[in-house]
Amino acid sequence: MRAARVGVITFPGTNCDRDVLHAINHAAGPEAALEAVPVWYEERDLSGIDAVVIPGGFSYGDYLRSGAIAALAPVMQAVRARAAEGMPVLGICNGFQILLEAGLLPGAMRRNRSLRFICRPVTVRVERVDTPFTLLYRRGEVLVLPIAHYEGNYFAWPEELEAIERRGQVALRYCGPGGEDAREQPRFNPNGAAGAIAGLTNPEGNVLGLMPHPERASEALLGSQDGVRIWLSLGRWLAERRGREPVAAARGDGRGG
Amino acid sequence: MARFTVFVHVMPREGVLDPPGEATRSALQALGFPGVVAVRIGRRIALELEAASQEEALERARAMAQRLLANPVIESFEVGAAP
Repeated sequence: MRAARVGVITFPGTNCDRDVLHAINHAAGPEAALEAVPVWYEERDLSGIDAVVIPGGFSYGDYLRSGAIAALAPVMQAVRARAAEGMPVLGICNGFQILLEAGLLPGAMRRNRSLRFICRPVTVRVERVDTPFTLLYRRGEVLVLPIAHYEGNYFAWPEELEAIERRGQVALRYCGPGGEDAREQPRFNPNGAAGAIAGLTNPEGNVLGLMPHPERASEALLGSQDGVRIWLSLGRWLAERRGREPVAAARGDGRGG
Repeated sequence: MARFTVFVHVMPREGVLDPPGEATRSALQALGFPGVVAVRIGRRIALELEAASQEEALERARAMAQRLLANPVIESFEVGAAP
């Protein structure tokens, strides 16, 4: 069986695409059983791709609103269709903003409460361990991951926020170094995000948006390896699924012809 | 067909904290301007449209605002013709 293939999307202005390719192909290594390949934003056909990562950056210069124009790019039509079929989709930072603008996740991003671009490691607590990207973490585990954004101040109306909590859509939550809940201790909430949300999934769990950058915390050299299990989880999830559903996996390969 | 200039005013919705507006409010207060209760900051987008009538131009601008120019989760909009 070939390694599962992860499409890493590049929009004009994306700048974390090579980092994600490196994190998956080199930092995670053979253990992940993943092959990350670049996907250009004009691509309309994702056959042969088993999962998608939308990396961070400043797609289309963040003109109009962060992610608003990228959400309309041709590749996003294909991402939307495959996400509806259950394909894992991970949006990081600007990728998270794109998923919000595309309507694949609920809510919107505002500028940080401090009106400053924040670039530093933060502590986040793992709240969901049953998604394709988090299954190798422990619930309640505290991770150190870097953030680097100006617009990460998540917003959803109270009714929506309640539904998000009720459905357990919060995957990562900002917290203190000892796991203190940033909803109760706002000094641990770096950007003012509603619900101290750092990572959000759709109700099905296959679409995940993260403000922190796991690709920048996948190697000891970079100060933290807390992000590497994102890729290892995805590899495990895809391998198990492909093992169970050989017909579906084969169909993905043949569709391009 | 004629050419019309149409403005779309996009504003943060009431009830959505607007950090730039809040920072500007406190700066105005620091300058000594009294009674500045709230500031909200939006943007004005000018569209030059070819259309059969001003009504048609406004209608199309409204559709553009709904589809792209405003994010309905956190922003409201109004369209208006150039004076």
